[in-house]
Amino acid sequence: MSAVTENPDVVLPAEGPEREIARDLARRAAWVSPAFIILGAALEGVDGAVSAGLALLLVAGNFLLGAAIIGRAVSVSLNALYGAVLLGYIVRLGLLAVIALAFKSTGWFSAVPFAITLLVTHLGLLAAETKRVSITLAHPGLAPSARKVGDEPSTDPTSPQE
Amino acid sequence: MLNVLAQADGEMLEGLKAIGAGLGYGLAAIGPGIGIGTVVGNAISAMARQPESAGMARTTMFLGIAFTEALALIGFVVFILLMP
Repeated sequence: MSAVTENPDVVLPAEGPEREIARDLARRAAWVSPAFIILGAALEGVDGAVSAGLALLLVAGNFLLGAAIIGRAVSVSLNALYGAVLLGYIVRLGLLAVIALAFKSTGWFSAVPFAITLLVTHLGLLAAETKRVSITLAHPGLAPSARKVGDEPSTDPTSPQE
Repeated sequence: MLNVLAQADGEMLEGLKAIGAGLGYGLAAIGPGIGIGTVVGNAISAMARQPESAGMARTTMFLGIAFTEALALIGFVVFILLMP
C-alpha cells in the first residue's frame, strides 16, 4: 500500500527504510548485550545484569516501535506522519517511564547499570548506524546489500526509492 | 516531637525529590519535542518536493528523531536516578 498525499503526483512507498534501520539497530543491540550484562553484573551483581538487560530491551523496543509508527503513518499521509511521530514520541516516553517505574518498585531493579546501559547503548548504536548509513550514502557500491548489474534490485534502506 | 519533625523532614525531602524528578523529566522532554517537530517538518517538506528521494529523507529523518530523542533519554535517566 502506498500513501497518496495532497499532491496526486506524490506517492510514497509504504515499506520504508526506517524498519530496516530499526531491525539493524535491534540486531546490533543483541550483539553488544553480553558486554553490558557483564558490566551490570560487575557493578551490582545479578540485579545489575537484569537491569542492564531490561535497558537493552527498552532501547531496542523503542527503536522498533518508533519505526513501526512511522511506517504505519506514512502509508496514510504526510500529515498523519507528522502527527503520529509527535504523538508517538510522547507515548514512547510515557511507556518508558511506566515500565521503568513498574520495575523500579520490584526489589531487583538497579538504577545505575540501567541508566548507563540505556544511554550508552542508545547513543552508541545510533553512532554506529549513522556511520554505516553515511558510508552507504557516499559510496553506494560498498553497501552490503548492493547488487551487481543484472541482479535483484538493491534493498538498501538508504537508496532512493522510485 | 523532634522525631516527628525529623520524620516529616525526611518525607518532605522524598516528596521534593519526586517533584523535582517529574519536573526535570517533563522539562527535558520539551526541547526534543521541538527538535523532532523541526526534523519531521523538514523531512515532510523534502518528501513533498522530491518524492523520488523519499527513502533518503526517511532514513535521515529516522536517525534525526532518534538522536534528538537521546536528549529526552538523558532527562529520563535523571528522573530514574532521582526518584525515591
